[in-house]
Amino acid sequence: MSSVKIKLNPKEVEKLKEVCTSFNNEAGELINVLHKAQGIFGYLPAEVQEIVAAELNVPVAKVYGVVTFYSFFTMIPKGLHPISVCTGTACYVRGAEKVLDEFRRRLKIQVGETSADGKFSLSCLRCVGACGLAPVVMVGEKVYGRVSPDGVAEILAEYE
Amino acid sequence: MEFVNLIIDNKPVKVEKGTSILKAAHSVGIDIPTLCYMSLGDMNIENKPGGCRICVVEVQGRKNLAPACCTDAHTDMVIKTNTMRVLNARRTVLELILSDHPADCLICAKSGNCELQSMAHKLGVREIHYKGEMSTYKEDFSPTSIRDMDKCIMCRRCEMMCNKVQTVGALWGVNRGFQSVVSPAFEMDLEKSTCTYCGQCVAVCPTGALTEVDHTNQVIRALADPKKTVVVQTAPAVRAALGEEFGMKPGTLVTGKLAAALRRLGFDYVFDTDFAADLTIMEEGTELLDRLGRHLAGDKTVKLPMLTSCCPGWVNFFEKQFPELKDIPSTARSPQQMFGAIAKTYFADQIKVDRKDMMVISVMPCLAKKWECQRDEFSTDGSPDVDFSISTRELANLIKGANIDFNALPDEDFDNPMGESTGASVIFGTTGGVIEAAVRTAYEVQTKKKLEKVDFEELRGFEGVREATIDFDGLPIRIGIAHGLGNARKLLEDIKAGKSNFHAIEIMACPGGCIGGGGQPLHHGDSSILKARQMALYEEDKNKPIRKSHENPFIVKLYKEFLGKPMSDKAHHLLHTRYFDKKNEFIIE
Repeated sequence: MSSVKIKLNPKEVEKLKEVCTSFNNEAGELINVLHKAQGIFGYLPAEVQEIVAAELNVPVAKVYGVVTFYSFFTMIPKGLHPISVCTGTACYVRGAEKVLDEFRRRLKIQVGETSADGKFSLSCLRCVGACGLAPVVMVGEKVYGRVSPDGVAEILAEYE
Repeated sequence: MEFVNLIIDNKPVKVEKGTSILKAAHSVGIDIPTLCYMSLGDMNIENKPGGCRICVVEVQGRKNLAPACCTDAHTDMVIKTNTMRVLNARRTVLELILSDHPADCLICAKSGNCELQSMAHKLGVREIHYKGEMSTYKEDFSPTSIRDMDKCIMCRRCEMMCNKVQTVGALWGVNRGFQSVVSPAFEMDLEKSTCTYCGQCVAVCPTGALTEVDHTNQVIRALADPKKTVVVQTAPAVRAALGEEFGMKPGTLVTGKLAAALRRLGFDYVFDTDFAADLTIMEEGTELLDRLGRHLAGDKTVKLPMLTSCCPGWVNFFEKQFPELKDIPSTARSPQQMFGAIAKTYFADQIKVDRKDMMVISVMPCLAKKWECQRDEFSTDGSPDVDFSISTRELANLIKGANIDFNALPDEDFDNPMGESTGASVIFGTTGGVIEAAVRTAYEVQTKKKLEKVDFEELRGFEGVREATIDFDGLPIRIGIAHGLGNARKLLEDIKAGKSNFHAIEIMACPGGCIGGGGQPLHHGDSSILKARQMALYEEDKNKPIRKSHENPFIVKLYKEFLGKPMSDKAHHLLHTRYFDKKNEFIIE
């Protein structure tokens, strides 16, 4: 975790507080609030977790506990082009692992990390409902089907 | 009331509906082993995450084994607690826990007092059949405690104490699976978190994962230094618990042996924090009457209720979580600090020792005291009023290490002048005691009448929040009492909302008060031990010839010779303090 306090966009902070209010600032809505918060900021830095803790009146240690428990939540900012490799059953048996390895090799990052230039981040997901196209990769909102390790370079090139 | 009937190990059992299998078995003398489970039943404190699975039992007709601590007993259940299957499962579970635990029992601070070690002994584990990766985590040193998460078994007792009981919110289970660890937010050091150093996490940790910072070496070095005059003070609750470390029954008072042991350890002056507790009552009681008098005279600027301020865990709590109320607690320092301030001025002058050549050591039932004595406010020119604070447990180790047969010691008295105390000061060690002591003095000062009965039963007990109205000769004084910071929070929220109508509130951070402090001999989840300690303090109070603080002859003398009167300029300078807003201090920079 970085020890440098980051500056949050005041407009986004305002939005986050509105989200908390929309859930009546109830402690029991912590996961829902975090879900929306990640939607606003793209990730959940410590500063965001502190705001959520204060708004819902729960210990910040608890918020951090929830954020680190669920793999969906991340404290690392997503890249400009977030890459998700489906490792659901269908994609997996059709070679998703090798595709994932190729992304890792080319980008020199692990799953859950973001490239140093902030351009790409890598994550896994489970089934986008397009098993007929397995293995499936998503970059941002765009879906790529029947991806082979050889096709990885081509996909990345689109965003260079 | 609804009951259920079941059979456990061939014994018919009848228990109230909603009772766990564990408790049902216990009621017929069947002792199912537990590890993560802990209950202080009388105080409504229970930890049963069902995480360790040591307590599994076989329930007829159920496919898997059931954790006894968190499975309710039902009618017609047939339960076996010691079948081959159960014993194998229990041993496998323990071996798996041990396979991820450093086997350094020989040199572990908890050795001999560790529940994991006891369990391995009880189940007769002689070999660990599983080998694999060990989880490792950074060690974290706070001013009062050490977190060595390599020894954590994820029982979550500390998390339960920190959040449910104390509502401090410093510790929480973070990460997942093999990476799970109990930690402050963002895995920062405990020192930077909302931790109040109450030490309740240390008090309930079954292993060596959470231990206190050991200051015994500093004490030994001070005692060995011929240039130092070493003065020791010992808190009220220590005498009601120290005997347990030497095999005595809980609730055995060891006041005389305690004084004798301290003398044999080589302290130059063996004094009593009780003396300073009497002094606290003089200052705090006077402050209460002053605020009350001005309030009754119509002064709207007076802040009421007045909150007691002798508990450093509590002071940390309101500084970090309720700084907006920091003008409400009494400004009186705690007895530990009043003692130090008087020892290094008045007493040092008497014996003609320079303060830099004097060391004041305190023996406390508390871990927060270790931090309190390090606060900047309690230091003069870099010389702290109290140099080091050690816990009851550390004192026991010192005594054992000095080859003193504690049980064979004669009863001795404390030295004078700072060893003389009254019954009022002794009960400082239990919830309700400080306010009862204050009432005894405030009543007589306010009404100018002699108090016929000094026992205020209405202020005593173990309820988390208590209240009573004491009649000050026609003037009703409303008193609130809370022990455990979660209970304190309830009263604080009321004050914040303007709903509190108390004149005075006593708050102690630890459940039970100092008798249940984080530095006391470990209770291992037996609340009868805390009750026995409480009884012992009331017994000591009853047997004291003087039971009101303002009648302590050495306190009278101290005011006459040195301080003038309570809340004089000198008293303010030496015996009072101020508080700080630390709300945002813990947030990352």
